[in-house]
Amino acid sequence: MPIWTLFGLSRGTATTDWPADLQNDGQQNVFGMPRYHPEKCETGCKECVAVCLPGALSLKQDDEVRLNVDYGRCVACQLCVEVCPTGAMEATNDWAFAVHERDDLRWKQALRSPEAGKLKSRVEGAFKRSLHIRHVDAGSCNGCESELQALNNPFYNLHRLGIFFTPSPRFADVLLVTGTVTYAMRDALLATYDAMPAPKWVMAMGTCAVSGGIAAGGYSSGHGLDGVLPVDVWLPGCPPNPAAIIHALLMLLERAPQRVHNGQMDTSRYE
Amino acid sequence: MKGVEEIQLASTELQPACEALLRAGGRMQMVWSWFPDGRDMEVCYLASRQPRESFVLWRSRSENGVLPSLTRITPAISWHEREMSDLCGVRFQGHPKLNPLILHAGTQPVAPPLSPRYPKDTPLPFVRQPAHVPKVVGPDIQELPFGPVRAGVMESAQFLFFYLGEHILHYQPRLFFKHRGMEKRFEGLEPALGVVLAERVSGVGSFAHALAYCQAIESACDCVIPPRAEWVRTLLAEFERLYNHLHYFGHLADTTTLKVGHAEGMLLEERVKQISARLCGSRFLRNLLQPGGLRHDLNTYTALSDDLQKLHQDIRRYLEQLSRTSSYLDRLITTGILNRQIALDQGATGPIERASGLDYDLRRDHPYAAYGSVQLQVPVREIGDANARAEIRAAEIETSLAMIQRLLANVQHGAFCASYQTVPNGQGLGWCESPRGALFYAVHLDSNGRLARVKVRSPSFSNWRIFQYTVHDSNMMDYAINEASFGLTIAGCDR
Repeated sequence: MPIWTLFGLSRGTATTDWPADLQNDGQQNVFGMPRYHPEKCETGCKECVAVCLPGALSLKQDDEVRLNVDYGRCVACQLCVEVCPTGAMEATNDWAFAVHERDDLRWKQALRSPEAGKLKSRVEGAFKRSLHIRHVDAGSCNGCESELQALNNPFYNLHRLGIFFTPSPRFADVLLVTGTVTYAMRDALLATYDAMPAPKWVMAMGTCAVSGGIAAGGYSSGHGLDGVLPVDVWLPGCPPNPAAIIHALLMLLERAPQRVHNGQMDTSRYE
Repeated sequence: MKGVEEIQLASTELQPACEALLRAGGRMQMVWSWFPDGRDMEVCYLASRQPRESFVLWRSRSENGVLPSLTRITPAISWHEREMSDLCGVRFQGHPKLNPLILHAGTQPVAPPLSPRYPKDTPLPFVRQPAHVPKVVGPDIQELPFGPVRAGVMESAQFLFFYLGEHILHYQPRLFFKHRGMEKRFEGLEPALGVVLAERVSGVGSFAHALAYCQAIESACDCVIPPRAEWVRTLLAEFERLYNHLHYFGHLADTTTLKVGHAEGMLLEERVKQISARLCGSRFLRNLLQPGGLRHDLNTYTALSDDLQKLHQDIRRYLEQLSRTSSYLDRLITTGILNRQIALDQGATGPIERASGLDYDLRRDHPYAAYGSVQLQVPVREIGDANARAEIRAAEIETSLAMIQRLLANVQHGAFCASYQTVPNGQGLGWCESPRGALFYAVHLDSNGRLARVKVRSPSFSNWRIFQYTVHDSNMMDYAINEASFGLTIAGCDR
């Protein structure tokens, strides 16, 4: 019979050094949210709006910026990039899209610089080194679960960052919610939140949990966590890749900066 | 519908037709109803006959929404009938157990949600009521409801156990907590946009769903796709099988407390996902397919064949190691036996049916994409236990890797997309052998060429129904292993 311990040792180290080292995040060629360039956007054109299934793009009236862009609804399907005749929608690898305020997912002209040192302290020191997560699937497609399960594979090895999944809400610091919040999951979700001791935080993971995504509304699907639970971190993506989830968790712990403000990615520190 | 023989049947002819079908060795695959032109309901029954023979579709108009139930003749369609009863308001006469399936007790729809009378985008009124539970009476029998929020990162579902000590007397899965009404979401969309939805019905089956959907639209619109697109579709469908099956082994090793085996399975899955992203920009192989072919071409990077060769070696070593681990095999052998007759009667599909002696694989028996021109060995086992299900998947991994290799040695070049015109009132059927089994999409277009009805039958909808037959009268300690050995997803089943 094989000795698995030896087998494991013989395989060497599989774990990435990311995010300490910025190179190997494992997301080579993974597309993220399309970047909006309003200066290239042409009057009279609404190609992108017509193909945006979740309604992340809508036309604005009487303004020099023609589009409302809400990344909280974007499923990164890249259709707008493909139909845009002028390149106003650009394909990117912008997937680290976690924000504290829902409004930061909406594109706005002024790029507000993050006020260093004035970050509102959410975790108050107590949880900076360690975090326990209770996950609830409130009606997902299982894509988000697949990426959450990937966090514990040897490549990402979430434990090395002091972050753990816990089976019981009683031991949890963070409620991590995926899915649209269907009518049938709503009471179970609220019961899980109520079972958690304070202080506690909520993370909306995936575009479905942020806004309902492509499944929003209808007879049985909800519109995500807005108005259901108080959310501390919003992470759109369809699904967010494991590195994006790690970034969001570290952001909650104030160990990583928020990179998106006013719907725009701050790339300066990384490029 | 292309590849489908259509027959109109009066409601009185349904039962004799079904009996004749079964006698001839055919099987029911999917049943759905829809409202042509938003008026009278039509019920469609899709059945398969012999391999390589076209599917057969019965169409029947119901009188006053009433139809005879076929469940007593072929139990495999019991859930289909219950679903239509919940969502379309069909009343099936003679169904042995017609209590609600999809809609939870306490919902009060003003009209059946899929009927045109249901007000658009109106949430179902819902005050939770106790679910229907069978009466299990006896001294010391305990009842354990587990879920819908379960330990670890899991999809939501509730499982009800009636047990005595370690012994499970009766088991009932309570699903459809995740029902999002996806089929209704398709209605009114342009066919080209529907693929974005299809990709998100079941995340780990994104590619298979997009593929079956696109094929259904192509069939409805008489579109022939270029060889390059068929080649890419076949290649990536095998990549999806590969990462799903590797995930399966990681999970199975976890339930048998083989920690290193768990880690290695998860790592191999991650490597396939990373290669997938390099090929097409998405770890789930999304954003590539569209009716007519592909949205963009594949990025076959230079190191691909090296990556695959290394992967192949590591996978072989891993599976070989598992197959020699007696602590792991001890937990699988004789666990959760599904016999051939139940698998056939109740409609098992994919690796589950092939582990129980049913030799059926859509890739070989109803070829699509480029499968008609590639050689395919379909592994079959007779025993039907957890070990047989694992062996089927191990053999399929090897077949997939060999097929990927052959495809890469024989690259098809050229255009990757064909143009097509949407056909008003067009109808089409698309199918594929997803990692979990037979997946069907039926589409009906309206007079403007928009989607009027899309029906999805995901393999887990069939296999969840089967699974409980292997749990009754089994052991608590084996439950997690047995569940893992089925490799079920809930999103595709619940939709």
